[in-house]
Amino acid sequence: MRYSGFKVIKEALTGHRGWGPAWRDAAPRGSYDYVIIGGGGHGLATAYYLAKEFGQARIAVLEKGWIGGGNVGRNTTIIRSNYLLDGNEPFYEFSLKLWEGLEQDLNYNAMVSQRGILNLIHSDAQRDAFVRRGNAMMLNGADADLLTAEQIVARYPFLNVNDARFPIKGGLAQHRGGTVRHDAVAWGYARAADQRGVDIIQNCEVTGFRIEEGRCTGVETSRGFIGARKVGACVAGSSSRLMAKADMRLPIESHVLQAFVSEGLKPVLPGVITFGAGHFYCSQSDKGGLVFGGDIDGYNSYAQRGNLPVVEDVCEGGMAIFPMLGRARLLRMWGGIMDMSMDGSPIIDRTHIDGLYFNGGWCYGGFKATPASGFAYAHLLATDRPHPTATAYRFDRFAKGRMIDEKGMGNQPNLH
Amino acid sequence: MSQVNRLNGGLIDQSRSISFRFDDRWMKGHPGDTLASALLANGVRLMGRSFKYHRPRGPLTAGSEEPNAIVELRDGARQEPNTRATTAELFDGLTARSQNRWPSLAFDALSINDRLSSFFAAGFYYKTFMWPAAFWEKLYEPMIRRAAGLGSLSLKADPDNYDKGYLHCDVLIIGAGPAGLAAALTAGEAGLSVILADEDSLAGGRLNAESFAMGQQAGHAWAAETAARLAAMPNVRLMTRTTVLGAFDHGIYGALERVSDHLAVPAEGKPRQILWRIYSRRAILAGGATERPIVFENNDRPGIMLASAMRAYANRWAATPAQEIAVFTNNDDGHRTAADLTAKGVLVAAVIDTRPDAPKGQGYEVIAGGTITNTSGRLGLAQVEVTDAKGNRRQIKCGALGVSGGWNPNVSLTCHQRGRPAWDVDIHAFVPGGTLPEGMVVAGAANGVFSTHAALHAGAEAAVGIAADLGHTAPSPDLPEAEDAPVAITPFWHVSGAKRAWVDQQNDVTAKDIKLAHQENFTSVEHLKRYTTLGMATDQGKTSNMAGLAIMAEVAGKSIPEVGTTMFRPPYTPTAIGAFAGRSRGTDFRPIRKTPSHFWAEEQGAEFVEVGMWLRAQWFPRAGETHWRESVDREVLQTRRSVGVCDVTTLGKIDVQGSDAAEFLNAIYCNGFAKLAVGRTRYGLMLREDGIAMDDGTAGRLAEDHFVVTTTTANAVGVYRHMEFVRQCLYPDMDVQLISTTEAWAQFAVAGPRSRELLRKIVDPEFDMTNEGFPFMACGEITVCGGLRARLFRISFSGELAYEIAVPTRYGDAMIRRLMEAGREFDVVPYGTEALGVMRIEKGHAAGNELNGTTTALNLGMDRMVSTKKDSIGAVLSRREGLNEPDALRLVGLRPVSPDKPVPAGAHLMTKGSAVDAAHDQGYVTSACYSPNLGHQIGLAFLKSGHERMGEILRLVSPLTGIDHEVEVVSAHFVDPEGDRLRA
Amino acid sequence: MLINHPLLGPRDASEFIYKGDAALIHRPDPTAPDAQEVFIDYGYLRDNPAGAHRELWFHEQGDRSWLVVTRDTVTHEITEVELARDVARREGRSK
Repeated sequence: MRYSGFKVIKEALTGHRGWGPAWRDAAPRGSYDYVIIGGGGHGLATAYYLAKEFGQARIAVLEKGWIGGGNVGRNTTIIRSNYLLDGNEPFYEFSLKLWEGLEQDLNYNAMVSQRGILNLIHSDAQRDAFVRRGNAMMLNGADADLLTAEQIVARYPFLNVNDARFPIKGGLAQHRGGTVRHDAVAWGYARAADQRGVDIIQNCEVTGFRIEEGRCTGVETSRGFIGARKVGACVAGSSSRLMAKADMRLPIESHVLQAFVSEGLKPVLPGVITFGAGHFYCSQSDKGGLVFGGDIDGYNSYAQRGNLPVVEDVCEGGMAIFPMLGRARLLRMWGGIMDMSMDGSPIIDRTHIDGLYFNGGWCYGGFKATPASGFAYAHLLATDRPHPTATAYRFDRFAKGRMIDEKGMGNQPNLH
Repeated sequence: MSQVNRLNGGLIDQSRSISFRFDDRWMKGHPGDTLASALLANGVRLMGRSFKYHRPRGPLTAGSEEPNAIVELRDGARQEPNTRATTAELFDGLTARSQNRWPSLAFDALSINDRLSSFFAAGFYYKTFMWPAAFWEKLYEPMIRRAAGLGSLSLKADPDNYDKGYLHCDVLIIGAGPAGLAAALTAGEAGLSVILADEDSLAGGRLNAESFAMGQQAGHAWAAETAARLAAMPNVRLMTRTTVLGAFDHGIYGALERVSDHLAVPAEGKPRQILWRIYSRRAILAGGATERPIVFENNDRPGIMLASAMRAYANRWAATPAQEIAVFTNNDDGHRTAADLTAKGVLVAAVIDTRPDAPKGQGYEVIAGGTITNTSGRLGLAQVEVTDAKGNRRQIKCGALGVSGGWNPNVSLTCHQRGRPAWDVDIHAFVPGGTLPEGMVVAGAANGVFSTHAALHAGAEAAVGIAADLGHTAPSPDLPEAEDAPVAITPFWHVSGAKRAWVDQQNDVTAKDIKLAHQENFTSVEHLKRYTTLGMATDQGKTSNMAGLAIMAEVAGKSIPEVGTTMFRPPYTPTAIGAFAGRSRGTDFRPIRKTPSHFWAEEQGAEFVEVGMWLRAQWFPRAGETHWRESVDREVLQTRRSVGVCDVTTLGKIDVQGSDAAEFLNAIYCNGFAKLAVGRTRYGLMLREDGIAMDDGTAGRLAEDHFVVTTTTANAVGVYRHMEFVRQCLYPDMDVQLISTTEAWAQFAVAGPRSRELLRKIVDPEFDMTNEGFPFMACGEITVCGGLRARLFRISFSGELAYEIAVPTRYGDAMIRRLMEAGREFDVVPYGTEALGVMRIEKGHAAGNELNGTTTALNLGMDRMVSTKKDSIGAVLSRREGLNEPDALRLVGLRPVSPDKPVPAGAHLMTKGSAVDAAHDQGYVTSACYSPNLGHQIGLAFLKSGHERMGEILRLVSPLTGIDHEVEVVSAHFVDPEGDRLRA
Repeated sequence: MLINHPLLGPRDASEFIYKGDAALIHRPDPTAPDAQEVFIDYGYLRDNPAGAHRELWFHEQGDRSWLVVTRDTVTHEITEVELARDVARREGRSK
């Protein structure tokens, strides 16, 4: 069912009786060409692009719980392509371009809002690094804008400029960056994939891989065996747990990242702002809540919750730049499990097992990557070749010494 | 108009009146009132507007679970959006404004949304605003954003202080109702250290809101007396106005104490609030229960509230929402409201009880088996339409309606970790289930035990159990007789057939929205929440989630426990961000580290710069200098011409001692240290285990078994941590000890051709300072100024003849003054970090911009330093192919072809004639400066195969800053490439 | 979280800095013929279990001990805390 102005008005006037399910609850069939494990944003996008862009059929998405229940449903909704390294920037810029056309493509309003993202600069060394980054972005065809402190204060007059511990000396802006209504991304892809015949199977947990003579022929699930020509794992946060069932160890640790939302407030923050000298970034949702976050808690965890020290650290960062936030109330805090990879960059690759593919290691940056991750993974699954923007996201980059380490922190995941 | 709906009695001080303002109207209330109770007493039921439809709303509750009566409290910089009128304690001069309305609360233009509500059903956003595409960002979204939100921030810095505190106790008791008080009394008498916390200003919980007796006393009197007993116990800390926000790992609870929110402004020197971190061995959750409403047509008019709230207003605050009320209930509890209000002289028009076998009324009519099928009244309830058991309809006039749909235990804190609530079929509610947070037990209504008698005993028993666990004996508590009524409830969630029946009142989620979500397959409880926004408002669905689940269960043909609940997350109630930040704001956001010469530098008028936590002198302006470059150029030129002094204390200093010290350094550094002679210093490069450069610095050997390692300022902490890892975890048997002495020694670089002459005047005469006696890279322990112990290193970052001299930190200030005085004859200059940077770039030394965590020894031109004769951290992985490509980046120097052009850091390099894009990127400029010695800008850069490209002209581009011109690749050693000066 | 330091008693986890899997103690033999391969596994691959995890914490705001903490990554329950040096010796890193 297509959403249109006519349909919206008709349904409003007739009691909304005509709206059907956004997606079907499919029951598993015996076998598929493609089984995608993980009904999150990336998995659903992969299924959608497999069907739409690569003309594939007989596709299932298996979800242990309910779709969109992982990190696509518990992030801070930011999209951007302000990356430094050649292995990353073209991919994230591709993703941003897909975001820009997403609503028309999916016929679903995920509220892509290009309100701009700003990284504050506090020192000359930081400025040097951001100039290098801004130039790298522009050389890759993305937009970047170096702002003066005065320009920033004009847009955010309530920034602390009087007694700041780390005075603001400027900022790197990406005006095409912004936010997206995160849950709607999962629902939009689910609905669009469903319309192209993809089976979305909720409450279906993968319990094992069937591997015969070095080839993956399907998955054992809580709802029985499902055969597949190709199996794509796409369960960032739980990647190690899942791939252990195929006896794989990954260059990944699972960590908890907390995020926060305030009570609803009248509009105050026009764009997304990132305070690098503290650990704080913030935007305001269309509903009015300030959505903010900071660093990961820093220890391996599969619990979707964190602890007070990081809560306090993040709020300190907020108060340091926005001393007006003191009387805004924090409404809710939650945690998501991050696949923290060894160099802070993701993996979209084949595994050593034929027919088994892997997508994960997104650290805390997976949301913005959703469309490109799905597209690139679909490309890999359909053609067995990496997408041109994702050629660096290989397992073997660690063995070969070709890490994609934006932060320069080395092989310690909690530092990325 | 006066307090038309004020009753007699209550726990307020009716002998005193205080004034407050709501919107434009000044009114009177009494000490002990909340804003909501005072407004009701003044005949004001309309207190807010809902989020989406801007429906007029009054208080639904009398507590922190309030969804409707939320206001902007206070004025100016203390303006506080979304404050619950039901918990805001009244003080003289309180001001509050209604919010989310324009132009006024009674006439709100956006209530037009209510008329258009059929367009705004659940999920409407996702289906529309897409045509034409460009209109979303330009028109629709700005429109939505403007209309969204509730209260507003002042945009001014919060003027109040927030403190943080840390408490330890044997048992934390959460909630000071009957269960909590009994538990505290028992645990206190057993000698445990006890913290009893309650969000209310009074201990007692529901005892303050009910008319029950406790033994011979009124319930509230027993609560007050018990609280006084507890307060007198030295081992009990009674904390009222303190909300326990969250249960974190290992018995740690977060709690917020509202120290000053009941005052006009905090008392002198007092914070507004304190965030406590409570470390408990055990915890008793006695957080009570929350009544839940029934969903019916137009159930949201001001005047419709929970039956328990109506009792609370009448009994505690001597206020009634109207003089004529009715009650709608599915359980016996609703009848208490009718009895209490009747006793207070309020006319009870009827009790509508959904149960055909409802108990008889005592002085009021009971309509058994009846339901409310509609309500009417503009801006407030005027009458309800009742449909009786036979289907007959009648109108009942009333200004308020108390609604009781049963009670939900407050299980939130039991679920902050892994707990999932379990369904209790007797009380038709979720009770604590699954695995509770470590050390927590639950007692009283929070555990689904609703009678006062049972709550008292459950609280006491919980305390007895914990006391025994912790090795104490609890005396059997002395508890009063209390009511012990059984729970009598027949579940009834919503009146069917309603067109507009509110489930979540703040977010305007109706029963129909829930059905629509089901119809569109948003049936999982998390989908339901996210699609409809049920339970996502400032009250987090405390009064609405259950009805939502019940309706979903009904349409999905499931049981309520099958539908399940969404996650309970901290904080229990919304908490000021300022409280989490505490004192870490403004310049106190992070500590400031000052160098030993800081005060002296301040006296010289130095400009300072942030380097990590440190403040370092950036340059020292002199009279007549109008631009920073003038100062920096002078400092550089004078240092190279004569002598300059710079505080380098911030560099990390690590003392390494033990018979295996040399072997240890051999493991830490990629180059060899085993053969370093005593009295000599060597440059060392440390790699991470992944083969990437971690840090560089020098290590001086003061004795056979004693080295001093220096690190960069930025990496001082990380390098020390790394070295301890290597020592303790990798080589546990090495005889070596480490200690960070960064703060123990004040260290100054003394650089320039006359540095030796200057230091000769400082260093005691028995120490040989000649070039032969103390050559380049020498080090030693010496004395200065007549016997003060010191360390001297002949090392140079500037490329000049130079030394670093270290004295115990407490002599740092004296030393800088002595150096400047001794150097006067040489025109010594102090120099700051800018001049330091210029000189190191002129000399081609790598620093933070080059050691950026992705560079290898090869990139830095130091690949031959990585010894193949010995093992060291990082050596193996540094040999990977990707780190040794033929066209790897190499450190080079750059100079502009046209000397007036800049060489800005962050610019990228392109081969002349190639396309300007990422595919043709040849490298980037890492550091740059104006060289006063060369008279033009210079830069250091990483360039592909740079070592083979000397003399090549490249295109330097910085599209971000609009720069595009030519530079020449040169050696990074711009000054004294042979190093003659260092060795002079 | 609280870490029960074997020498100092219970300490708030915020006094500590986390590193990762305690398997990092087992730095491979750099002279082995396949040294690069085993160093790649050592440096980059992790078990990352959902359950008991032996991990390294550094008491940075304390006595600078490295500890091996056995902690459940699902519940965060800590069942054992030892000095890393003792563990390293016991597990074969003595000279």
